[in-house]
Amino acid sequence: MSKFGMRMLAGVSAALALLLVIYAFEWPPVDSVQRGYRGLAMEENSNPRVDRAKVRANVLPEVAPPTDKAGQKASQVYTNVKVLGDMDANEFLRLMTDMTTWVSPEQGCAYCHDENDLAAERPYTKIVSRRMLEMVRYINGSWKTHVAETGVTCWACHRGQPVPASVWYADSPKTAQGAAGNRAGQNVASAAGGITALPVDPFTPFIKDGADLRVISATALPAGNRASIKQTEWTYSLMMHFSKGLGVNCTYCHNSRSFFAWDQSTPQRTTAWYGIRMTRDINTQFLEPLTPQFPASRLGPLGDVAKVNCATCHEGVYKPLYGANMVKEYPILVGPAPARTASAAPAGAK
Amino acid sequence: MAEYQNIFTQVQIRGPGYAGVPLDGPVGYRVGQGAFSYWLGKLGDAQVGPVYLGWSGLLSLFFGFIAFEIIGLNMLASVNWDPIQFVRQLPWLALEPPAPAYGLHIPPLNEGGWWLMAGFFLTTSILLWWWRVYRRARVLGMGTHLAWAFASAIFLYLSLGFFRPILMGSWAEAVPFGIFPHLDWTAAFSIRYGNLFYNPFHMLSIAFLYGSAVLFAMHGATILAVSHFGGEREVEQIVDRGTAYERAALFWRWTMGFNATAESIHRWGWWFAVLVTLTGGIGILLTGTVVDNWYLWAVKHGVAPSYPAVFPLVTDPTLVPGG
Repeated sequence: MSKFGMRMLAGVSAALALLLVIYAFEWPPVDSVQRGYRGLAMEENSNPRVDRAKVRANVLPEVAPPTDKAGQKASQVYTNVKVLGDMDANEFLRLMTDMTTWVSPEQGCAYCHDENDLAAERPYTKIVSRRMLEMVRYINGSWKTHVAETGVTCWACHRGQPVPASVWYADSPKTAQGAAGNRAGQNVASAAGGITALPVDPFTPFIKDGADLRVISATALPAGNRASIKQTEWTYSLMMHFSKGLGVNCTYCHNSRSFFAWDQSTPQRTTAWYGIRMTRDINTQFLEPLTPQFPASRLGPLGDVAKVNCATCHEGVYKPLYGANMVKEYPILVGPAPARTASAAPAGAK
Repeated sequence: MAEYQNIFTQVQIRGPGYAGVPLDGPVGYRVGQGAFSYWLGKLGDAQVGPVYLGWSGLLSLFFGFIAFEIIGLNMLASVNWDPIQFVRQLPWLALEPPAPAYGLHIPPLNEGGWWLMAGFFLTTSILLWWWRVYRRARVLGMGTHLAWAFASAIFLYLSLGFFRPILMGSWAEAVPFGIFPHLDWTAAFSIRYGNLFYNPFHMLSIAFLYGSAVLFAMHGATILAVSHFGGEREVEQIVDRGTAYERAALFWRWTMGFNATAESIHRWGWWFAVLVTLTGGIGILLTGTVVDNWYLWAVKHGVAPSYPAVFPLVTDPTLVPGG
């Protein structure tokens, strides 16, 4: 090869390498904040440019202006108000206006109501939204272990869209599945698992079916823990989703030298532990039972309803909407606390 | 005068192709006369061939090809026989070992049976190639150092994919065949067993691995640095030291107070390399069989230090009353 050819080859290789570097790495600066004791690498990394974009993506919607009290309950003025009947009628109208902003700003009231008969039990979205109101009240009242006093409103997930941006459906294996090519639920680029080859759908076992996440032994020597490496990969995939969904490192919750040890973890791990139980509860108690209500076009490839995971509310931020409290405008959205201790896990939790 | 400042060989000497030392009988048979490659000459010897494979080499390539095909075709089937997706997703694709439920039984083909078959053919291929390395060395009247170093690597390979799964009673413990999947497996393996960095044999393996790289760099640099004194004739210098040897030895005595010899540096290099996989394999065999959580093991034996608490004490929520 001529000298010119060699130089061309070197030049093209260098350009390709540069492209790879630009594509594969995050543009600096990367800030890191130490959280744990020094020497343990318990640091949170962030990029101010990415953070600014996240802040822009997490602005709060305009709230409808406060109204004078009507002095009458919503149930006295309107018919067929089953969940919010105890509200003041004007407050009720204000909440309905805000809910339109939160869920269907383009489609308007008609997205969930028959405009000729607002009290009618149609379209299907009305049935769904009523159940969703019950869910919001349940979360805010019964899951303070996860949402604290900040609570959630429709906006936390919906952000002005009828279907929240981050939902999940059961994975359909798009492989030949004859006598070869079984990918065992993994071994393709896994969006949930942070583009690793880890399991594609860690949600079904852990935040729907209630499988145990724990794989690491609590004793130095073998004492009957039969958790396999494959099983570990499922837990690992869910943890990658946590990291991506909340925009944090492993060390936000764990001391990575010993992932299992609670006494070396941060308090956020406890919040996340309740979060797993809460999403399980939401998916099994509220979303799955609504499956028959939805038209086929709203269901996943396997006919299952859209379900929630961490990213549905968090959207890449450690606290949804950076911890903004939207519930304080509407105390009705906080349901009654369950008759048990605050730390107790409600039904369906494990 | 040739200089040694470039990774590529600057001067290529071209003579008639060299057929090799005369050997008796069928083991001396080689295919072709050999040819020259300018580009291979940049990296090593420009002469390619004549080639000897023999029955062990041919069978090794044959079995290796079967394993390669089983793995590759399963990967292709896993993307629905789509060649574009095969190329695009290749780093993610894998042939996965059987599920834990099968234990050490033979599962159906698509439930890990293919993995067992690929493992069998690949292992056969590797062992045949080991035999070829051993036999070639013997036939040429060489020592068998290469074969035993290769055997150390095979020991780690078999520890991961054969010995340890048998000890654990489950093929599922073995490594998948795939680029990213085997890396995910490695990370999951460490997590499951409480952090492999606390496994002392893993520590040794890493020390020998990095040590090998350092020794190799030190040795290569030393020989290149004294090559214009004839230092590249290092085997001769084992018994007949010249100024190149004396200068290199003095250099290391000045810089670190001690020097290897022209003979011992090669023993150091060989043992460091061999011990990477030997200690690594032992570390793998102990994991899950003898020790289940390396971090707790290290705490128990005073290896892992404790650090002052920074966060309020966090307790396992499953231990909270009513939880």
